[in-house]
Amino acid sequence: MALDKATVAHIATLARIRLSEAEQVKMADELSHILTWIEQLGEVDTSGVEPMTSVAAMRLPMREDRVTDGGRRDEVLANAPATAHGFFTVPKVVE
Amino acid sequence: MTALTRLTMAAARDGLRRRNFTATELAAAHVAAVEAARPLNAFVTETPELAMAQAAESDRRLQRGEARPLEGLPLAIKDLFCTKDILTTASSHILDGFKPPYESTVTAQLWAAGAVMLGKTNMDEFAMGSSTTTSYYGPTENPWRRPGDNRPLVPGGSSGGSAAIVAACGALGATGTDTGGSIRQPASFTGIVGMKPTYGRCSRWGVVAFASSLDHPGPLTRTVRDAAMLLRGMAGHDPKDSTSAPVAVPDFEAALTGDIRGLKVGIPKEYRVDGMPGEIETLWQRGIEWLKTAGAHPVEISLPMTKYALPAYYIVAPAEASSNLARYDGVRFGLRVDGKSLEEMYELTRAAGFGAEVRRRVLIGTYVLSAGYYDAYYVKAQRVRTLIARDFAEAFKMVDCILTPTAPSSAFAIGEKSDDPIAMYLNDVFTVPADLAGIPAISVPAGLDESGLPLGLQIIGRAFDEETVFRVAGVLEEAASFTATPQFIAGASSSGGDIGSGHHEPH
Repeated sequence: MALDKATVAHIATLARIRLSEAEQVKMADELSHILTWIEQLGEVDTSGVEPMTSVAAMRLPMREDRVTDGGRRDEVLANAPATAHGFFTVPKVVE
Repeated sequence: MTALTRLTMAAARDGLRRRNFTATELAAAHVAAVEAARPLNAFVTETPELAMAQAAESDRRLQRGEARPLEGLPLAIKDLFCTKDILTTASSHILDGFKPPYESTVTAQLWAAGAVMLGKTNMDEFAMGSSTTTSYYGPTENPWRRPGDNRPLVPGGSSGGSAAIVAACGALGATGTDTGGSIRQPASFTGIVGMKPTYGRCSRWGVVAFASSLDHPGPLTRTVRDAAMLLRGMAGHDPKDSTSAPVAVPDFEAALTGDIRGLKVGIPKEYRVDGMPGEIETLWQRGIEWLKTAGAHPVEISLPMTKYALPAYYIVAPAEASSNLARYDGVRFGLRVDGKSLEEMYELTRAAGFGAEVRRRVLIGTYVLSAGYYDAYYVKAQRVRTLIARDFAEAFKMVDCILTPTAPSSAFAIGEKSDDPIAMYLNDVFTVPADLAGIPAISVPAGLDESGLPLGLQIIGRAFDEETVFRVAGVLEEAASFTATPQFIAGASSSGGDIGSGHHEPH
């Protein structure tokens, strides 16, 4: 599958990674190369084969639905690039 | 103090208990070795003060006769494991300044067992790579060079810093993680032992996530016995990781009986690739002979899905990575690049914070998970993954373990293979299948190639049967009697020459 520049621009937007025009062109090339190589999987007959959803042969454990941890606001905020009044801060979203 | 850094982990344990030397002496020797090994650029962060403090506590315990299993043993920790209040970067710019408020389960267990931390090792950014050249902190050099050739070589990756420092005798052992081969391939490239246990054997809690269904923490050491010791310290059920297996951890060292008589060893005919050097094939045949001499029976087997493991991996791993790496948004931790809007801040932060390979994989992952392509790529790859696991399940009806080469080449030069992502991906062609199937596999140094560089052989086993893997690996190790040492040994006066082209600054 050859990806064009517009498709790369679209997935870069979905992935929230800014790419310049030049980077989009280069990335379209690289991703097309990789996807073409990946498409050899088409040779494999997988009809009737269940997709693997868990590599470990075990059920996910259940636990009681109750709070086990918390009250760590300052620790949670300690690594943030910007905080105010006990909150994360971001550029204005609502005018 | 060079002699102390040349000890195996098991010998250091015994020496401490016999009071031949103190934990403080052992730690000081390793702190000096880590400093001497700086030209390799194996560490992102060194923690000498912490090492000396932990060693002092170990000495108090040893004096009271209360030694814990890994008491006083200096280790290096891959910078993917969160360490409380100590910079944890995954070798990415986007985690600038991140000091976790918590400790990963694996490292918490190691400290509770008495181990001493030397620092956090360099790696491919977010563990995406096979060369430790994609690190924001610059490449790590392999302590090995081709005799008569001055080009610096890669240590493999992604756990390249861990592998390089253990090979150069700067640490008795190290933690790594293996998602597609990131413990075993660097072990092969640096002439040491690397063990990827069964999925679920070691908790992933507090390990920076790359591909959650494939990430396996495990040990890198200079001997099989040391790998058994270290894995025992790292392993165990952890309720904080829902995929952690609630099974008891055996004494892996006890499995090293040396007796493999009657064991059936599978030799998969598909583990050959175009352009693989003949000497790897020769070494593999030698490995078969060694195990035969020890009383095992080689059995030719077929793993027909082998060639599809790598392309399936390059759908599953990027898909999971694109989801896991969504958390790096410039809001809660790490780098932020300001923008006029929230959207712009996200996009600029992630563009500046992720290196080229990480961007590539996040974009592939986003694409294969996007509407209209999910079934064609992601579900298809998960079906192929089922077939790969089935291949192994069929094989293990006939054999007790499988012997293969670890990697299709020895170490290559820094900068080589960096133009073509697929050439780089092919490094993992023999290691990826065991990750996709979640089964244990070890790389043992088995010989040198014609250019004088180490090559490993791999033993793959049944899920939760690390004991058989260790037992066979121990026999292989003894038969191979690999005693060659790298050109660069930390702190050895005769070594080094001009290894280490200089200090590597972040780019």
